[in-house]
Amino acid sequence: MLKAVILIGGPQKGTRFRPLSFEVPKPLFPVAGVPMLQHHIEACSKLPNMKEILLIGFYQPNEELNRFLSCAQQDFKISIRYLQEYAALGTGGGIYHFRDQILSGSPEAFFVMNADVCSEFPLPEMLDFQKEHGDAYSFVILGTTANRKQSLNYGCIVENEQTDEVLHYVEKPSTFVSDIINCGIYLFTPEIFQHIGTVFQKNQQDMLLEEQSNGWHRAEVIRLEQDIFTALAGQGKLYVYKTDRFWSQIKSAGSAIYASRLYLNQYHTTHPERLATNREGGPKTRGHVYIHPTANIDPTAVLGPNVSIGTGVTIGAGVRVRESIILHGATLQDHSCVLNSIVGWGSTIGKWARVEGTPSDPNPNDPYAKIDSETLFRDGKLTPSITILGCNVNIPSEVIILNSIVLPHKDLNRSFKNQIIL
Amino acid sequence: MKALILVGGYGTRLRPLTLTVPKPLVEFCNKPILLHQVEALVKAGVRHVILAVSYMSELLEREMRAQEQRLGIKISLSHEKEPLGTAGPLALARELLTDNEEPFFVLNSDVICDFPFEDMLRFHQQHGREGTIVVTKVEEPSKYGVVVYEGDTGRIHRFVEKPQVFVSNKINAGMYIFSPAMLRRIQVRIDANTISEKHCHFIWNFQKYIYFFNCFWMDIGQPKDFLTGMCMYLQSVRQQAPERLRTGPGFLGNVLVDPTAVIGENCTIGPNVTIGAGVVLEDGVRVKRCTVLKGAHIRSHSWLESCIVGWSSSVGQWVRMENVTVLGEDVIVNDELYINGANVLPHKSIADSVPEPRIIM
Repeated sequence: MLKAVILIGGPQKGTRFRPLSFEVPKPLFPVAGVPMLQHHIEACSKLPNMKEILLIGFYQPNEELNRFLSCAQQDFKISIRYLQEYAALGTGGGIYHFRDQILSGSPEAFFVMNADVCSEFPLPEMLDFQKEHGDAYSFVILGTTANRKQSLNYGCIVENEQTDEVLHYVEKPSTFVSDIINCGIYLFTPEIFQHIGTVFQKNQQDMLLEEQSNGWHRAEVIRLEQDIFTALAGQGKLYVYKTDRFWSQIKSAGSAIYASRLYLNQYHTTHPERLATNREGGPKTRGHVYIHPTANIDPTAVLGPNVSIGTGVTIGAGVRVRESIILHGATLQDHSCVLNSIVGWGSTIGKWARVEGTPSDPNPNDPYAKIDSETLFRDGKLTPSITILGCNVNIPSEVIILNSIVLPHKDLNRSFKNQIIL
Repeated sequence: MKALILVGGYGTRLRPLTLTVPKPLVEFCNKPILLHQVEALVKAGVRHVILAVSYMSELLEREMRAQEQRLGIKISLSHEKEPLGTAGPLALARELLTDNEEPFFVLNSDVICDFPFEDMLRFHQQHGREGTIVVTKVEEPSKYGVVVYEGDTGRIHRFVEKPQVFVSNKINAGMYIFSPAMLRRIQVRIDANTISEKHCHFIWNFQKYIYFFNCFWMDIGQPKDFLTGMCMYLQSVRQQAPERLRTGPGFLGNVLVDPTAVIGENCTIGPNVTIGAGVVLEDGVRVKRCTVLKGAHIRSHSWLESCIVGWSSSVGQWVRMENVTVLGEDVIVNDELYINGANVLPHKSIADSVPEPRIIM
């Protein structure tokens, strides 16, 4: 019997996803037409022995999350529950805190995954790999190859090439260690909790030795990466399964567009019904486009490649949308042009307006390049990036909004370039 | 009567347009700049026009032959071998201009206005002095040559070229009437068969009179002013000959459209737009404050403001162009680009957006 745990974080996490994360918890943000989490859940529910999916995070219960959970339960016919941490306990602390829930029913193994990754989820392959490596109690990390420079931004894994054992693990090193990086998807056995428990005890003892208890450093905060993997490396317990299938982090809005593209490509094989086709009376599509059935689109519009259109969106005549996500209820008036942007819920874009961002895609010539999580500012200026319109933003006719971020409920009255508009 | 038009040289400020066509032949509101001036001169009784050029162009010569026929006048070209400024051409054309005692017009070729030639002539004949200089009032005098003079007598105190501090807002409008007597005062020292500027001493101490001109006036020698001048000219067309302008659904303000142009559906054109011969505007195009020259093609859903689109250029779909973008002849702009203040040389293809003003070679 198998289970899966998805770490969904909380409001203090995912700040690079603002202003989109003001409206909806980041794990529910639609990527390729469906909530980010749904891709994880779909992959998990395909495994025949999967009995339960647990979401662990520290979001307060909210309408969207509850609605998502009940829909997902119905759609996938599998138990899906949200376990709320009383505080941010780290990637290891959360699963340790809820270990009884995870182990109830005696699963042989369970997956743990970060919500903010986009992946092909090679879960059956990881299961097979685990049976062939180490003993019945080994743990598997999903790894992939990055280029040397970018590997410094991730958890780096040094492996034994013959046995695939993890010899060494460092999280975000300052000098090059390895080009195999941690994908944030793991396969654990119940034994993991012994190791986490050891770290937990040690933390508690350390805390007693400290003079005062600093609220931020709780004993229960345990990070899988720094605290567990680093210690387990080289002990014959931790193995890495390398994949060369698509994988990306989703940290910023720009990476949501890139992740959309990866999933839309995958729909060819997994969900061809989700891809729009060029049909009579419908808009012209180029490349992969997702259009929700309730969207209302003029036949002279041209959409794609890599476009997702949400529920109830209205798109007027002669509109061009490319490499963008148009969220629920937005309206794009005649002749407008949206490129490399995310248009927020209920926003309006006036006639002939141009909303344009700069893509931050990884170098297409480098097969191992990953999307950069650029800082917002560089040399005192805003780094050109995806344009984001928060919810309910109104863009008047004939203006240009270039490389800008507009916070929710804003009515603009002129063009803006390279700015954050509060 | 005669007129001397100071055409000058390569018209470098109006590049890239003047890389293809000599400046006098660039169409301003669907008619070559020079023709606006020549036709007005002919209307005032001029029968011989002399063009002072420092760059000889076959195209110009050919066009002038055609206009000679059409207007029934004589057009000569006086060729400076090197640029001689303002006085030099006068000296060079001295023979042509002084074969009788009639006064003659002198005109700067970049000037577009409601030419007051008949009035100037009457004024000149009335005061009987040797020269009439036209001044006009402008908002930004520091770009031009300022004239300081006594308002009631018209006596000139001095000229100040491009003053850094405010001196006066009356500037030299580039239009004059001179009598042949004045020409004889120009002392020219001839050095090795060439008349060069440093050898010309133009002595401004002849008796001159100021003609103050109050209608629209613009020096259209550079793209930004070319467009401003276009707006002024179209406004004056609305006042004097409104039937020339195009009106109806989809047209706002003053719009001049050549009869052979084709405009698609759901376009919104204007205010202040000039569309040249054979231009095609596809569906859903929005154009304001632009000149679109002959044979250009603007594809659907594009948005243009304050641009000059060169002859036979092609602007793709969903393009946004603004901020005095000038496309030379036969430029191709790919679909979906943003062009901000680009100055694009002829025969160039643009495949990437230009978010900040620059020159594209």
